[in-house]
Amino acid sequence: MSKVFAFHGGIHPPENKHQSTQSVIAKGPIAKTLYVPLQQHIGVAAKPCVNVGDTVLKGQRIADAQGKFSVPIHAPSSGVVTSIGERSVPHPSGMPGLCISIETDGLDQWIEHSGLADYPTLGKDKLIDYICDRGIAGMGGAGFPTAVKLHLGDDHIVNTLIINAAECEPYITADDLLMRERAEQIISGIGVLQFLLEPSHIIIGIEDNKPQAIRALEIAIQDCKHNIDVVSVPTKYPSGGEKQLIKLLTNIEVPHGGIPADVGIVCQNVGTVYAIHRAVQYGESLISRIVTVTGDGVKKPQNYDTLIGTPFATLLDAAGYIKENTHRLIVGGPMMGYSIQDDQIPVVKTSNCIIASTREEMPEQPPSQACIRCGMCEQVCPVQLLPQQLHWFAKGQEYQKAEQHNLFDCIECGACSYVCPSNIPLVQYYRHAKTTIREEQQEKRKSDLARERFEAKQMREQRAVEEKAAKRKARAEQAAKAQAEKKQQAQEVESTQGVDQQQLLKNTLKEAKLAVAKIEQEITNNSGTEQAETISAQDIKLQKAKAAVEQAKQAIVKSTQATAPIIDIKKLKREAAMANTKLSKAKQALKTAQEKDQPGVEQLAATIETLSKQADEANNAFENAQQENPAEKTTSTAPAAKPKAMDADSKKLKTAAAIARTKLKKAQTALQSAMDNGDDTEQLSQDIKLLEDKLNKAQSAYEQSQNATSSTQTSTASSASETSGDSSHVDIKKLKTAAAIARTKLKKAQSQLDKLTDDESNSDDGAALKAEVATLEQKVEQTQAHYLKHKLAQPADSQSTESDASQRQEDYEKALKLYTKAMTALDKAREQNSPHVEKMTTSIEKLKRKLDDAQAALPDQNTAANSNNDDNNQSQV
Amino acid sequence: MTIIIAVSVLLGLAIIFGLVLGFSAIKFHVEGNPIVDQIDSILPQTQCGQCGHPGCRPYAESIAEGEAINKCPPGGQATIEALADLLDVEVLELDGEHDENPIKTIAYIREDECIGCTKCIQACPVDAILGAAKQMHTVITDECTGCDLCVAPCPVDCIDMLPIPTTLNTWKWQAPQPYQTHSKNLIATDKQPAVETLS
Repeated sequence: MSKVFAFHGGIHPPENKHQSTQSVIAKGPIAKTLYVPLQQHIGVAAKPCVNVGDTVLKGQRIADAQGKFSVPIHAPSSGVVTSIGERSVPHPSGMPGLCISIETDGLDQWIEHSGLADYPTLGKDKLIDYICDRGIAGMGGAGFPTAVKLHLGDDHIVNTLIINAAECEPYITADDLLMRERAEQIISGIGVLQFLLEPSHIIIGIEDNKPQAIRALEIAIQDCKHNIDVVSVPTKYPSGGEKQLIKLLTNIEVPHGGIPADVGIVCQNVGTVYAIHRAVQYGESLISRIVTVTGDGVKKPQNYDTLIGTPFATLLDAAGYIKENTHRLIVGGPMMGYSIQDDQIPVVKTSNCIIASTREEMPEQPPSQACIRCGMCEQVCPVQLLPQQLHWFAKGQEYQKAEQHNLFDCIECGACSYVCPSNIPLVQYYRHAKTTIREEQQEKRKSDLARERFEAKQMREQRAVEEKAAKRKARAEQAAKAQAEKKQQAQEVESTQGVDQQQLLKNTLKEAKLAVAKIEQEITNNSGTEQAETISAQDIKLQKAKAAVEQAKQAIVKSTQATAPIIDIKKLKREAAMANTKLSKAKQALKTAQEKDQPGVEQLAATIETLSKQADEANNAFENAQQENPAEKTTSTAPAAKPKAMDADSKKLKTAAAIARTKLKKAQTALQSAMDNGDDTEQLSQDIKLLEDKLNKAQSAYEQSQNATSSTQTSTASSASETSGDSSHVDIKKLKTAAAIARTKLKKAQSQLDKLTDDESNSDDGAALKAEVATLEQKVEQTQAHYLKHKLAQPADSQSTESDASQRQEDYEKALKLYTKAMTALDKAREQNSPHVEKMTTSIEKLKRKLDDAQAALPDQNTAANSNNDDNNQSQV
Repeated sequence: MTIIIAVSVLLGLAIIFGLVLGFSAIKFHVEGNPIVDQIDSILPQTQCGQCGHPGCRPYAESIAEGEAINKCPPGGQATIEALADLLDVEVLELDGEHDENPIKTIAYIREDECIGCTKCIQACPVDAILGAAKQMHTVITDECTGCDLCVAPCPVDCIDMLPIPTTLNTWKWQAPQPYQTHSKNLIATDKQPAVETLS
């Protein structure tokens, strides 16, 4: 026998147990309808797994456990599920809960089931799961899922297993009778717990008011190999409280907020142990329990082995219910139980007692009076709280203070209320306070959640706004980008168009070259045969070709006009910028000149002179080339090979001319700026004039060289054409077309070249183009001369006039070119609001006169072409 | 000499303490106003805006700046008391016309009538309404704070504010009736003699 200790306080209310211990446990009647609540335990309610109308067998699972803190529910008897819905359940609130109603068929037919003969082989976890599956929850009162308690052995060292058989509440005798009659089975159940928890010591704590039960247990443990002690504890309410019993048996106090397992103790109710035994041994689920039916309201108070879900009315009827006498129906004991209004409320796993009490037996609670601070409640409190203080706090709704006074350690045993001389329903205050605090905590949790969600929403909204702004910005940026891209694209298109055109020009140039070469070849082939007919035929051919060329020219002009404006604006802009920089440069130069007085200006003049020198050099180079070219021409026998050699030379010349031109331009701007400042500009202007002259010379030399080459070619061609037969008639036409085409192309190429040179974009394309233009020019001259020669040869047959005419033509063209250039320069000047527009206009007029002279000198036959040229000029301007 | 020692000692101490204080002022600097957080934790977070602020936190901020503490109807008297306790100010009566014990409600959408306009979703401060455009909406009852803000925007008036039903899990023990109410005839001498009434 272990030593028995004591716990603080406690009371000795009248036991009233003898009424129900007079007879053995009776088999409870099978009610017509069983109402099985889905929540019979602490934790999450079970979830129905049957439907209305299903036939269920006894022990069949009708609701599944939901989560760890839950146990399944089984059908207590065979029958049909008639409804799943709200019904009154045993709860102090009297509120309905979800129940499965089973209409029993009276057969009480078991589902196939078998126990676990040798559970030790199964393993602990599986055995615990098995016990959980049998729907076993604590039967002492709280309904704690047993499986959870059995798992305590996993992470706690369990020294002591305490079997709670105290049954301290008055009236209740269910455990007493169970122990008296089924002690061996209880020991068997303890064996299962011994296997699962492996405690070193097992104590069955039993109040000394149950001598028969003690004796039965002692007999039962005699053959038991486990270390089991049956310890009788003095009868004192509430020794059956878990923590109180632990204190009684081990003198260990479970710490505040802790569980018994924290101190190495696990407590199980004796009824639960019996249920475990039934489950393991026979495979029976928890579908019945022993319920004490007692009170003066029944004739024959007795314990019944009752099916879960049996309405209390059925039980009471079995015990001889006298409804008239009954004042209150109390579920549980008189101390901790609660009244119910509805006698159809069913028995659940935790229902150990139903008391049908008369008015005398349980009188109405007398009106409560003011607390007199007698302190009796403190004397009896088993948890050593200050019930009086708690009462004040609960009443004054100072819940925080109540909490600080360990309100939640109160086991609601009701001892304080029992002893209170003022009949204050203290426990009710505490319960109210507890639920209120819990509610507040719940609300706090909820409000925290709400805050979290609110903040999340706010953040999201803010983010959305920011994103929107960012998007808008991005969109704006993108739009700007797109616009820029568009611009760039347009530019690119322009440039590509330019490139395309350049390419086109190149191609056409090539074609022209080929055509020219062909004609030349033909002419050379036909040399020797001299016939006027062929020449005339050639003339017609040429004329036709000319018309075609006119058409092509117009088309090209149109196309250039289409793309021109964009290019022009840009070009103008760039030119303006360029002109500005040049102007500023010149100004700077002038400033330095002014600072240094005369010598500065001289320096400027010197630079201009160097420029002119350079132009001279170019001129010389050109002249050299010129001299070389004719020789080459005359000596060369293969006309196809000539252009190449000439190409290089005329290229050089052309570049030289271009350089000279740019230099002249620079000089001109310098002069302009100089004139702005009113310095001695005469010298400068003279220099420029000189330069201009030189340029003209260079250009004319260039033209001459071209003429020379062309004339040489023409001579050979003419001889060829003279010798050509019938086919030469076609040849001349072809020649003419080719010439016209070449001319147009040349013009176009030149304009393009002008642009390029103006832009100072010395790209490879530009250079190539330039070169090609040069070649083209040459060729045009050649072909034209060729043509003219043919033409002239036919009517006049005079070589001298022919050469004169061609010379005049060259002159005219030269003049025209100059005039065009001058016009563009004038335009630029106008745009820059230069003060020398007047001067320029006069010079242009001069040029025009020159041009007119050239035109007049030209033969009548070329006037049409000239007018066309003029048109082109105008369109270019 | 002694004076110089005394002055220098005090000066040294002053420098040391100044450094310590300066350091701790930087090291333990608290971001924001901690009282606002405390007030905010007391407020019920319904985000209903009945205080005239767009949410509980703004009200908490303005309380910290001296606004009256009695403008929160959802919080009721309990909140006012808690705030008064926290801020050490006088407990005030709840401002304006309000029920003594307002019944806590949450929103329910009559789903048959919902047209799926999403207006309530936008109005809900705690994202407790679930739904999509042209789809039926429903209230997540666990998240609803009962702030009422979704009712007004509903174009078809299909939102009801219903009291939160008590379940077995949320049921609350009622406080016992105070003894004064039924202690009229407790003392024998207080009882009206039956004889007197007869005569």
